[in-house]
Amino acid sequence: MAHVVDIKKACAVNPLKMSQPLGASLAFLGLDACMPVMHGSQGCTSFGLVLLVRHFKEAIPLQTTAMNEVTSILGGYDNIEAALLNIRKRAAPHIIAICSTGLTETKGDDVEGYLVTIRKRHPELADTEIVYASTPDYVGGFEDGYRVAVTAIVRTLVKPLPRQTDQVTLLPGSHLSPADITELREIIEAFGLSVIVLPDVSGSLDGHIPPDWRGTTLGGTSLQDIRAAGASALTLAVGEQTREAALALQDIAGTPFEMFDRLTGLEVNDRFLQCLSQLSGRPVPAKYRRQRSQLLDAMLDGHFYTGGIKVAMAAEPDLLLAVGSLLHEMGAELRCCVSTTKSASHALLPAPTVILGDLEDLERGAADCDLIVTHSHGRQAAERLDKPLLRIGFPVFDRVGNAHRCLVGYRGTMALIFEVANLMIDQIKHHHADDWPLSPEALRAAAPVATPTPTGLAVASA
Amino acid sequence: MSTLLKARIADVFEEPGCDKNQGKSEKERKKGCTAQLAPGAAAGGCAFDGAKIALQPIADVAHLVHGPIACEGNSWDNRHSASSGPQIYRTGFTTDINELDVIYGGEKRLFKSIREILEKYDPPAVFVYQTCVTALIGDDIEAVCQRASEKFGKPIIPVNAPGFAGIKNLGNKLGAEALLDYVIGTVEPEFTTPYDINIIGEYNLVGELWQVKPLLDALGIRILCCMAGDGRYKEIASAHRAKVNMMVCSKSMINIATKMEKRWGIPYFEGSFYGIGDMSDSLRQIARLLVQQGAPDELLGRTERLIAVEEARAYQRIEQYKQRLSGKRVLLITGGVKSWSVVAALQEAGLEIVGTSVKKSTKEDKQKIKEIMGDDAHMIDNMTPREMYNMLRDARADIMLSGGRSQFVALKARMPWLDINQERYHPYAGYEGMVELVSQIDRALSNPVWQQVRMPAPWGDDGETLGAVATSAPQATDQQATRFLSEVAAHALGLVPEEVPA
Ligand code: SF4
Repeated sequence: MAHVVDIKKACAVNPLKMSQPLGASLAFLGLDACMPVMHGSQGCTSFGLVLLVRHFKEAIPLQTTAMNEVTSILGGYDNIEAALLNIRKRAAPHIIAICSTGLTETKGDDVEGYLVTIRKRHPELADTEIVYASTPDYVGGFEDGYRVAVTAIVRTLVKPLPRQTDQVTLLPGSHLSPADITELREIIEAFGLSVIVLPDVSGSLDGHIPPDWRGTTLGGTSLQDIRAAGASALTLAVGEQTREAALALQDIAGTPFEMFDRLTGLEVNDRFLQCLSQLSGRPVPAKYRRQRSQLLDAMLDGHFYTGGIKVAMAAEPDLLLAVGSLLHEMGAELRCCVSTTKSASHALLPAPTVILGDLEDLERGAADCDLIVTHSHGRQAAERLDKPLLRIGFPVFDRVGNAHRCLVGYRGTMALIFEVANLMIDQIKHHHADDWPLSPEALRAAAPVATPTPTGLAVASA
Repeated sequence: MSTLLKARIADVFEEPGCDKNQGKSEKERKKGCTAQLAPGAAAGGCAFDGAKIALQPIADVAHLVHGPIACEGNSWDNRHSASSGPQIYRTGFTTDINELDVIYGGEKRLFKSIREILEKYDPPAVFVYQTCVTALIGDDIEAVCQRASEKFGKPIIPVNAPGFAGIKNLGNKLGAEALLDYVIGTVEPEFTTPYDINIIGEYNLVGELWQVKPLLDALGIRILCCMAGDGRYKEIASAHRAKVNMMVCSKSMINIATKMEKRWGIPYFEGSFYGIGDMSDSLRQIARLLVQQGAPDELLGRTERLIAVEEARAYQRIEQYKQRLSGKRVLLITGGVKSWSVVAALQEAGLEIVGTSVKKSTKEDKQKIKEIMGDDAHMIDNMTPREMYNMLRDARADIMLSGGRSQFVALKARMPWLDINQERYHPYAGYEGMVELVSQIDRALSNPVWQQVRMPAPWGDDGETLGAVATSAPQATDQQATRFLSEVAAHALGLVPEEVPA
């Protein structure tokens, strides 16, 4: 529904967007025993690392090919080769996942070609899978990088296998937290289905304390499981950004897919459960029937505080759609929506316009709104405007527990409604006895009419 | 890389004030900080990062990053460098170039961006940062800045430190060069006093400068400018009229000090605000040099009296922790730059340093550590996370002090950790800061959470892989703490405390 406006300014002010390689790295972090590598100069990796660490509060394995000025001009073959050998020797990951950056794309490194040569020259890498995604910084954003990376994982590692009728593949978008993924896994498994999540940050970034120290990712989709995805009976794709990977699975293994452009909200979850029920031939478990009725109650309780509020939101497309649609369903008006990159999701957003812009645009649009919804960088705008901020997306660096915040399923939807409603309740002004003074005219009008006094004079209407 | 930038880099490597550099052979020195990083085994920021760190604390100017979204989009708004007034330095500005810019060049977009910023925000100056991609496609930011300066009548300062030029430290120096080339000496201060100093290489992280400033204020010493913490464009532009320069801690901007000495005859010294002794020494040095530069002698006496009062007060406040902290062992992992000044401070509180990293330390730093810690000082050149983890897990240290990146090494080993790097929330400068640091260490160590997280599950789980559990948790001497533990165990087992098996 929303009409997309690409703001034409030369300078982005307070960027909302983050880079493609960072989004790709997040996808790679959802693979088990994996070492993600950015093919570029080391600053890019360092910045990405800091953001991931601050959001997840976890140790993050992420490497760089450490390009410098000379190697950038000569081409990065040697650096990629050295990085692969170094990483293989130091951490022995099952998968090394490489994404490019603006620097190496500008130069035009043919990484795929390099990899073929390196494979030939180094049989010692035979036991290591290598995935490559092309993700220049100057194109698209975080969500695009994630999309490209998941598709690359599928294209590189999945082969067709004999169909397993009770196995599904879940493709979560980059906006799903570890807790979101856990929630969806539980729902799917409640129908007696087994599920392969690809990629699965709920295994690697869920904040568990492992018994030992490892240099690579610890948990996530194992190589075996990625390969086994070729046998799934159905792909469940969550978020428009996963469509490309779902199509790739269909291409490679003939797996049909169901798209869910979001799983936050009542109706979409009904459809999700219905789909699982049909696939498995089992009724929706009592647990979820009960949760559904709890959500209904929560919507009733919450709507008093969300009805009619004006909201300014800025987020990556799929998250914008998920949270924005729910707020709309709860009676809020999406007054100002800002996003990072083009996406089919924008067409579905119940708002008049989506601006492809930055947090400066959000701040301007938020002036007459009641609520600001965006990532932690929005806190400066929220402070300046003195408005409540609902933190969503990545990065949320000034809160703990991001990995365990669930916004999908009936339960997650309910939690989000409570969060928003409570924020709004905090804004309700406390009234005082003198909050509603009468107008002078009213006072005058109400003053006693000329009562006789001992002196016979009327009380002057002062 | 432009020949200009090449010459620049060669120049900062020739740095006479950097003994690390001077200690190298000529050939090595030429290679300088561009030492090749190992692909697949490297970490740390880029030169752009370094330049931005050095200059961004200048609070009233707009910092515009010319490049794709990676450089600024992934990094803005992540430092706690505080400002007492303007906030524009916290706004992220980037040209966020796209594919077309890569093909046709991004200079037009850069020029327009500068205009937009001036129109909308009207800062006294704009700093423009070069990055890898825009350098590679040949955008000439110097030329654009010059044109924009002429056109708009405001200083537009190019900072030519693309990421691939080298590591963070080199970027600090290149950022400093931009100040030397385009800013310092371009404005005359309204007035000067015999007590004017510059502080260089201090970023006012979490407001640390303000822990020191009252001391200088009390002595009548004026900070003409701080580079760059809580800095203002005009102050920095008039910095050449100071009587003395103080280089704080790291040598990141040493080129400013040496070149200002050459150009304007301003003597400098290197001091630190970390550690009680170091703080006092710095005050003494400032006073001594000011007097040498013509300030009245009596400053020396006043300084000594202030030091005596402040030291006594600080020691007295630390004393209350000494008993609880003495014998506790600290693993200190910093970049290694001047870690000795922190070492001294920790020893003041009775803590024992079991190891300190010296990755970026100079020979002189290492000598200092030896002097303070004795010959068996455990210096660690480059500790891997696994080694740190093992050291903590085996309880060979009670707490780790480090930067945010290695925090999870400690936390996963279920050992206390304290942030002493730029992302921290507590200020540790001056006499005030040392008391704060010690109290934070005490708070971290005495938190009952450590007992909790080391407790193995009743059904015997991963806890036993942790040496720390065996060696430190059960030995808790504190009665209170032990009782607490058994209560928690009881709850977990569904028993009353008396029934819990020993
Ligand atoms: S290495 Fe280059 S591209 Fe990467 S963040 Fe630094 S300046 Fe930007």
